[in-house]
Amino acid sequence: MAIRWTDYPAAPHHDELIAPGGAPRHGAEAVARHLESLGISELTVRQKAAEAAVKAMGITFTVYHEEGGSIDRAWPLDIIPRVIEAAEWRRIDAGLRQRARALNLFIDDIYHAQRIVNDGVFPRQYLADSVNFRSQCVGINPPLGVWAHICGSDLVRGADGTMYVLEDNLRVPSGVSYMLENRQVIKRVFPELFEENTILPVDDYPSQLYDMLRAIAPPGIDKPEVVVLTPGIYNSAYFEHAYLAQQMGCELVEGRDLVVDKDDCVHMRTIDGWSRVHVIYRRIDDLFLDPEAFRPDSTLGVPGLLRAWRAGKVALANAPGAGVADDKLVYTFVPAMIRYYLGEEAILPNVPSYLCAEPDQLQFVLANLANLVVKPTNESGGYGMLMGPRSTEQEREEFALLVRANPRNYIAQPVLQLSTVPTLIDQQIEPRHVDLRPFILSGSEVQVTMGGLTRVAMRRGSLVVNSSQGGGSKDTWIVETSK
Amino acid sequence: MLSRVADNVYWLARYVERAENLARLVEVNASLMLDLPRELAPGWQSLITITGSQERFDELGKSTSERDIIRFLLAEPENQGSMVSALAQARELARTLREILPREVWEHLNGLALYVNERANDAVDKRTRHGFLRYVILATQSLTGMLEGIVSEGPALWFMALGRNIERADMTSRIVDVRALGMLPAQGSAMGPFATIQWMSVLRSLSGYQMYRIKTGQRVYPAGVVSYLLADTDFPRACVCCLRRAQEVLLRLPNSQSLVSRVQQLRDGIAATSFELLDGDAVHQYIDQLQLSLAAIHDDIRQTYFLAGLAAVHPGAGESQSQA
Repeated sequence: MAIRWTDYPAAPHHDELIAPGGAPRHGAEAVARHLESLGISELTVRQKAAEAAVKAMGITFTVYHEEGGSIDRAWPLDIIPRVIEAAEWRRIDAGLRQRARALNLFIDDIYHAQRIVNDGVFPRQYLADSVNFRSQCVGINPPLGVWAHICGSDLVRGADGTMYVLEDNLRVPSGVSYMLENRQVIKRVFPELFEENTILPVDDYPSQLYDMLRAIAPPGIDKPEVVVLTPGIYNSAYFEHAYLAQQMGCELVEGRDLVVDKDDCVHMRTIDGWSRVHVIYRRIDDLFLDPEAFRPDSTLGVPGLLRAWRAGKVALANAPGAGVADDKLVYTFVPAMIRYYLGEEAILPNVPSYLCAEPDQLQFVLANLANLVVKPTNESGGYGMLMGPRSTEQEREEFALLVRANPRNYIAQPVLQLSTVPTLIDQQIEPRHVDLRPFILSGSEVQVTMGGLTRVAMRRGSLVVNSSQGGGSKDTWIVETSK
Repeated sequence: MLSRVADNVYWLARYVERAENLARLVEVNASLMLDLPRELAPGWQSLITITGSQERFDELGKSTSERDIIRFLLAEPENQGSMVSALAQARELARTLREILPREVWEHLNGLALYVNERANDAVDKRTRHGFLRYVILATQSLTGMLEGIVSEGPALWFMALGRNIERADMTSRIVDVRALGMLPAQGSAMGPFATIQWMSVLRSLSGYQMYRIKTGQRVYPAGVVSYLLADTDFPRACVCCLRRAQEVLLRLPNSQSLVSRVQQLRDGIAATSFELLDGDAVHQYIDQLQLSLAAIHDDIRQTYFLAGLAAVHPGAGESQSQA
């Protein structure tokens, strides 16, 4: 069956590949032509080949079940790529670097003089109510003044074509391994396109990550030992932990492999005995990191780890306490932070947001629940939110009670009509909504991945892109055009 | 290498080896049942004793029928020592070792674990038993070959070789034990005509008949086979050969001096034993002692290299040691 872009419903949403009327967007011409030349049946064959490759390469993610533990599932990948023109990407890249710099300055300020609070730019009350503020981190000076070394910011494009930042993940953001593996698979699927077009490579990330981690080692260490700390095999991102450790040539350790000695140094248990560790890329949440400092019932962490970090004997990425900026309420202040710390205007806008913590805005939100998305400020993975237009009267009433009981815990946003990308669904090409998660590394310099992980909601009309809730993924191409 | 990872690769190899030897154990008993006249055949219950699983067997309240015993040994997920459990545990360990093991190893082991899980009941049926057991032996052998063939020399390979050889020495001694029980009424004349044929099938079930003939140049006779399977230095399934190989690996690992001499002691002890003079009962007791010595060596390995052993010791103040 032939593919005719003029029949493709590129409106009413903004489509990333096809403009209304059926013409390919700038940068996407080669892909659109190539897909046409292949036709649906060949495309289906290639989709099957990609799925077989994903299986054979063992690219999986873990889904929890309330009963019967967790299972490994093959990573869902749609072969039609999402294309971004390099010129636009450069602007996004600058916007993300600007954002990461401001966020790190904010965190460092919060744990020191709190100038931004004293100057009245960030309300003291919001800080007092923050569940991710860690008093244990006050006064600490992590190497290079960086707290959030790895940040995954979610970008969405609205109907008007504007790219917004939806949220910043500063705790233990995941997904970068899938970005790297997607590219490996898609290169095999469309070798012709990679030969004939300038699609910028993504493969540098593990080396950049490793260099950044080495750069934050305690001073005076010639060859720092860098390790990846995982909660273990049953964590949903275990695949990524093992993948990154392997790519960087580091040990993948669990909490029980590590011990903090009386001199505050961290050691791992090897067959030769004890071996000192200098940098830990930790993929365990703050509260489970150290039972001495946080949750005493945690068996995943390492007793004394925070003590070692405070003494400067080990570097932790991300630093404990960095999550204070991973809060949807703090998010609404990022443009103000950029102005305050950098004296610049934000290059990438936030999604307009209402703070339920502010009484007048709360009234507006409660009166307009049917038209808004209401989100808890401290949840991730798309849980615990209300999608106004899809909700029932009863759900809205129940949700209003939750919001009234704890307004600090909620923000609201207009429902964004996320942009779409053509996606292969049951031997047809249909538009499906996407977001984009680039990863920003902050060390001695700030670097952004080339593109990021594009997640796609596989059900028609759905805006839920999380893989735990049936979302898929796409390869993201930053394409250099001649013009 | 991390202690936890060393522990996992060691056990991965042990579990795979255990699955293979469980297949051999069932096979040797099955052929014993065919070889001996009904009134002399030892039945299946002895396998429960020999695998050290009497307690678990009683807990599960199984009957002592052939079907129940074979199911318990091979297909019972509630029995930690069954073939199904051994391979399931090997597979779980392999999942944690994906950044170390070549992909083919994971895929092969995954396939084998799934196969045994689906088909273990084939072993219960006499008609399909032999084919199933042969398949398991072949598949575990190819896994072992794969490890030798594509994993680089280093701690991962060494700890697997260590686990495999300790497990194999232990299981070979158990397989000899099965027959040693068959030797018990040796003083009685009724066993006479069957002595040779039953020990031939022991050798065959360990794939060692030909090697025995080439090495010893002797006809098959009970004490000759016991001596060969326990004390030969060259046959890969003979206990002393397994110990020799374990020793070679230990020499490449750090802090192994006391372990190496401990293994040497056991080797010397076996070499100095004259099996010609032992009757079935004495062989059985000898093997019990041998298994205790192997367990002590395992415990030493654990204390020296693995997490459980190291946990008690505190690192020297700030002293960082070299690592593998």
